[in-house]
Amino acid sequence: MSKNNGEYLIIRNDNKYEVIIGLEVHAQVLSESKLFSTSSTKFGSEPNTQVSLVDAAFPGMLPVINEHCIKQAVKTGIGLKAKINKRSIFDRKNYFYADLPQGYQISQYKDPIVGEGSVTLDMPNGEKNIGIERLHLEQDAGKSIHDIDPQNTLVDLNRSGVALMEIVSKPDLRSLDEVNAYIKKLRSIMRYLGTCDGNMQEGSLRADVNVSVRKKGDKKLGTRCEIKNVNSIKFMQMAIDFEANRQVDVIEEGGSIDQETRLFDTKKNETRSMRSKEDAHDYRYFPDPDLLPLELNDNYIDQIKKDIPELPDEKKKRFIEKFKLSPYEANILVSDIEISKYFEEVSKNSDVKLATNWITGELFALLNEKNIEITESPISSKNLSKLINLIKDGTISGKIAKSVFEIMRDGDKDPITIVEEKGLKQQSDPKELENLINKVITENPKNVEAYKSGKDKLFGFFVGQVMKNSNGKANPKLVNEILKKKLN
Amino acid sequence: MMSNITDLKLVELVDKIKKKELSSTEVTIAFIERSKKSKKLNSYISENYENAIKKAKIFDQKPDFKKKLPGIPIAVKDLFCTKNIRTTAGSKILENFVPTYESTVTQNILDEGGIVIGKLNCDEFAMGSSNETSYFGNVQNPVSENLVPGGSSGGSSSALAAKLTPATIGTDTGGSIRQPASFTGTVGLKPTYGSCSRYGIVAFASSLDQAGPMTHDVKDCSLMFEIMSTYDTKDSTSVDFKRKNYLTNLNENIKGKKIGIPKEYRVDGMPKEIDELWEKGIKIIKENGGQIIEISLPNTNYALPTYYIVAPAEASSNLARYDGVKYGFRSKGENLIDMYEKTRSEGFGDEVKRRIMIGTYVLSSGYYDAYYLKAQKVRRLIKNDFDEAYKKVDAILTPSTPSSAFKIGEKLNDPVSMYLNDIFTVPINLAGLPAISIPAGHDKKGYPLGLQVIGKAFDEQSILNIAFALEKNISFKNNITDWWIK
Repeated sequence: MSKNNGEYLIIRNDNKYEVIIGLEVHAQVLSESKLFSTSSTKFGSEPNTQVSLVDAAFPGMLPVINEHCIKQAVKTGIGLKAKINKRSIFDRKNYFYADLPQGYQISQYKDPIVGEGSVTLDMPNGEKNIGIERLHLEQDAGKSIHDIDPQNTLVDLNRSGVALMEIVSKPDLRSLDEVNAYIKKLRSIMRYLGTCDGNMQEGSLRADVNVSVRKKGDKKLGTRCEIKNVNSIKFMQMAIDFEANRQVDVIEEGGSIDQETRLFDTKKNETRSMRSKEDAHDYRYFPDPDLLPLELNDNYIDQIKKDIPELPDEKKKRFIEKFKLSPYEANILVSDIEISKYFEEVSKNSDVKLATNWITGELFALLNEKNIEITESPISSKNLSKLINLIKDGTISGKIAKSVFEIMRDGDKDPITIVEEKGLKQQSDPKELENLINKVITENPKNVEAYKSGKDKLFGFFVGQVMKNSNGKANPKLVNEILKKKLN
Repeated sequence: MMSNITDLKLVELVDKIKKKELSSTEVTIAFIERSKKSKKLNSYISENYENAIKKAKIFDQKPDFKKKLPGIPIAVKDLFCTKNIRTTAGSKILENFVPTYESTVTQNILDEGGIVIGKLNCDEFAMGSSNETSYFGNVQNPVSENLVPGGSSGGSSSALAAKLTPATIGTDTGGSIRQPASFTGTVGLKPTYGSCSRYGIVAFASSLDQAGPMTHDVKDCSLMFEIMSTYDTKDSTSVDFKRKNYLTNLNENIKGKKIGIPKEYRVDGMPKEIDELWEKGIKIIKENGGQIIEISLPNTNYALPTYYIVAPAEASSNLARYDGVKYGFRSKGENLIDMYEKTRSEGFGDEVKRRIMIGTYVLSSGYYDAYYLKAQKVRRLIKNDFDEAYKKVDAILTPSTPSSAFKIGEKLNDPVSMYLNDIFTVPINLAGLPAISIPAGHDKKGYPLGLQVIGKAFDEQSILNIAFALEKNISFKNNITDWWIK
C-alpha cells in the first residue's frame, strides 16, 4: 500500500490497484418513539420493556407512521443537499428471523423519501464531493442474544421498529482517510440537524461497506463485495484494508471476484464469506398494503427548510470570513456542533484569536486527557471568556493564565476570583517595577558591566531575575521597556 | 316466550329492550340457550356464555337506553381479536391465542352496549368459500343438512340464519360476507375499503380486507353498519369521511335512481334460476321508478386471476408472523429453521399453505413483474371500469353468486371450482367499493339465492336504500326448520 499524494493504492508485481468504496450508513433517527409505534426508543433499558403489540407483530396490529421520523428524514435530506421525493413508498422486505417479529422489515425500496445529494469532504489536498445515491427510512430489527442461555437464543425486541435512515453513498470514496472523513462529516451534519446522535457505541451509526478494486486507469468498476454491519470507523478501515488486499491477491493470482456478502471478524481482523450472490435472499419486496404512499407537499418541505440551522459548511465559511480564522482552524471548530457553539459563546465576549487558541489548545488537551465531550467540559464558556479577557486587558500574563486554567479545571471557578484570591494580578505599576529592576541592577553589578560591554544576551537574565522576584506577576512587556531604558 | 325472542330481528330487540319489554338478561339467555341446543351446526369456535350473562345482568342493573345496542348479545367471527376471549382465525396455529386487546370494530359494538356471546367459526385465516378449511371443523348451513354455509364467514352466516345471534359481523376479502349471506338467505354488507377499521382483525389480504355486518334484514344491517364504521387513526388505511346515520336515513324511495346491469356478469353456464332472479330484481327496480341501464365492465374476466395473485401475495407476507417465536403454536425443532418448518407445516392447513406458496411465488424475483406488478395494473383497470360505469349509473345490480350453496365436500378437492364461487364478488374488493347481498329467492332445491347491489365508494346509504326497496318487494322467507335441534 502506498499513500503518495493522498492516493490510496495497492501495489502488487508493479500493478497499481485503486480501491473503490461505497457506504450504506444506517443512522438511527433521533426520535422519542419508534417508526410505526409509540414505544420508547431509549437506549439501555431492560430487555423487552419497550415493545408494543405492533413491534411484536401481534395478530391484527397495524403500523402507523410516526410523523416526526418523516420530518427527520426530510431534514437530513436537506442537509445532504439532496432531492426530497414528494411521493415515497414503504415496502415490505420479507425474510424469516427470530428477531424480526413481522417476518418482514418495513423499508423503502424503489421509491425512497430522499434522492440524490452530496457531501463535501475537507481533505488535505482540497475539497472532495461524495455523491449520495439515496436516503430511505426503515425499521430496525430486534436483537438476538446467543450467549446468555446455553440452549436457547434469547430475543430482545426493544430495538424492533426503531427508525433508521439508510444513507447510501455513490462509489466515490477512494481511501481509508476519505471513509473516515465521510463518516465524520455525515455524523457532524446529522448532529447539527439533531436527526441522529451519531453515537457509534450505542449502535446509532453502523455501516455496510461495499468494496471493489480495479487497476489504476481502468474505467470499469470491479466486482464488489459487501461487508455487513461494521460499527466503528476503525473497524471499517480495517475491514476495507483487508478486503481490498484480499481482492487484489485473488486477481493477481489469476482469479476473479465473486459478488458476495461478507462479515468482518473484529477478533481475527479478516472478512469472511457470509453468502454468495446465488444464496442471496429473495426478499420479495412489495409495497406494504397497510401503509398508504407517503405524500409530502411543497409547503411541508419549505416549512422544514426554514428550520434548518446553519450547517458545518456554511458555518466554516462564516468563521473564515467573520473571524479571519484559517480554514484549518475553522474546520476544527465546526466539525462538531457543540464545539462550534462553545466557540461562539466564548468569542462573543472575548478575543477571537485567543479564544481559538485556548479552545483548540488547552481546552482540547484537557478534554482529551479526561476523555470527555465538550458538553461535559469542566470549564464553562463563560469562565473561559473571562480568562481570555484577563489576558487581553493585561491583568495577567499568558503564563499566569495557564496556572489559573489549572485551578479552573477543578470546579469551574471564576478566574477573576482566582486571580484576586491568589494575588496573581500582574504588576504593571511602573514605580513598583522600577523598584524591582533597581534591586536586580544593584545586586548584579558584574553582569551589568558585562552587558554594557556588549554581552547582549544577558538582557534575558535581568528579565528573568525581575520576573522571579515578582513571583511571575511582573508585566513582562513593561519590564522589558524599563530595563532597556535603565541599562542603555 | 324464549323461542319468540330469538325470532326477533335486531332492531325489534333493541326496541323491546328500550321499552323495557325485555331485559338484556332475558335476550342474552335466549340466544345462548338456542346456541347450546345447536352444537350440531358447529357455528361457534369459542363460547363466552357465562361471562355474557354476567354482563347482561350488569347492564340490566343500570341500563343505558341511549346505546344503540343496549345489552344486545352478539356472536362475532373469530377473525376479530377480542380482549380476554380466545381468537383463533380458524387455525391451529392460533388455537390457544388470547388477545390482550380489542379490535376497533368489536370495541365499537361493546361501546354501544353489545355483549359478545362467542366467537364464530370461519375458514382458516378467512381463506375459503365453504368454511371447510377451518381447523375447527365444517359448519352446517341451517337451510339443509350437510350443506355448506358459504365462507369464509360461514360460522357467522350459519349462526345468524339459525338465530343463534340476532346479528353478526364478518370480514370480506373476496366475497366472504356476501357469499355466505347469499347461501343462508341473510343480508351481508361489504363496506367501502377504509370504512371500517382493520385494527385488531387478523389480516388475510390487507388491501382487500373489510369488516361488515351480517343481519336478517336491511334495517338491521344499517344499524350495525353505522356502529361498526368509524374513522380510526390506528389503521392508516381508514378514511375520514362523513359517516351518516344510516338507519335514520334508510328509505325505499329509489325513484330516478340509475341502476347499471353489467353484461359481463352474464357468464356461461350460469344456472337459469340465477338469471331469473336477476330479471326479477331488474323488474322491481323498474316498477319502483328506477332506471335500468346496460353497462360494461370489460375487465371483469380478469378479476378472479388478479385476485388470486394479489390476495395470496399479501397473505404470504401477512402470515409470516406466525412463526412459533412469539405466540401461538410452536413445534419443537432442531434449530431455528427446523422449528419454523415444523411449526408452520403443522400449524397451517392445506389451503393456507397453498396460498402462501402462490403468494411467495408471485412475489419472487423474476416473477414479480409478470405476476404481482401486472396484477396491480389490471386491478387499476378493473377500478377504472367501475369509475367509468359510475359516470352513468348510481349503483349496479348483479347476482351475488353464480350458484346456490353446495354440499359439504363437493368442491373441497377442486380449488379452482371453489374459487369460481367468488366471481361476482371479487371485482368489488379489487375496486374497494361497497356492495350488499340480500336474499332474493330460492333455487329448485329450495336453497336461498342472493342479489348484489354495488355502490359508489362511501355511498353505502344508496345501496342500503336500493336493497331496502328490493327487500320490501321481494318479501323473501327463509324456510328454515330447526332440523338440527332434536
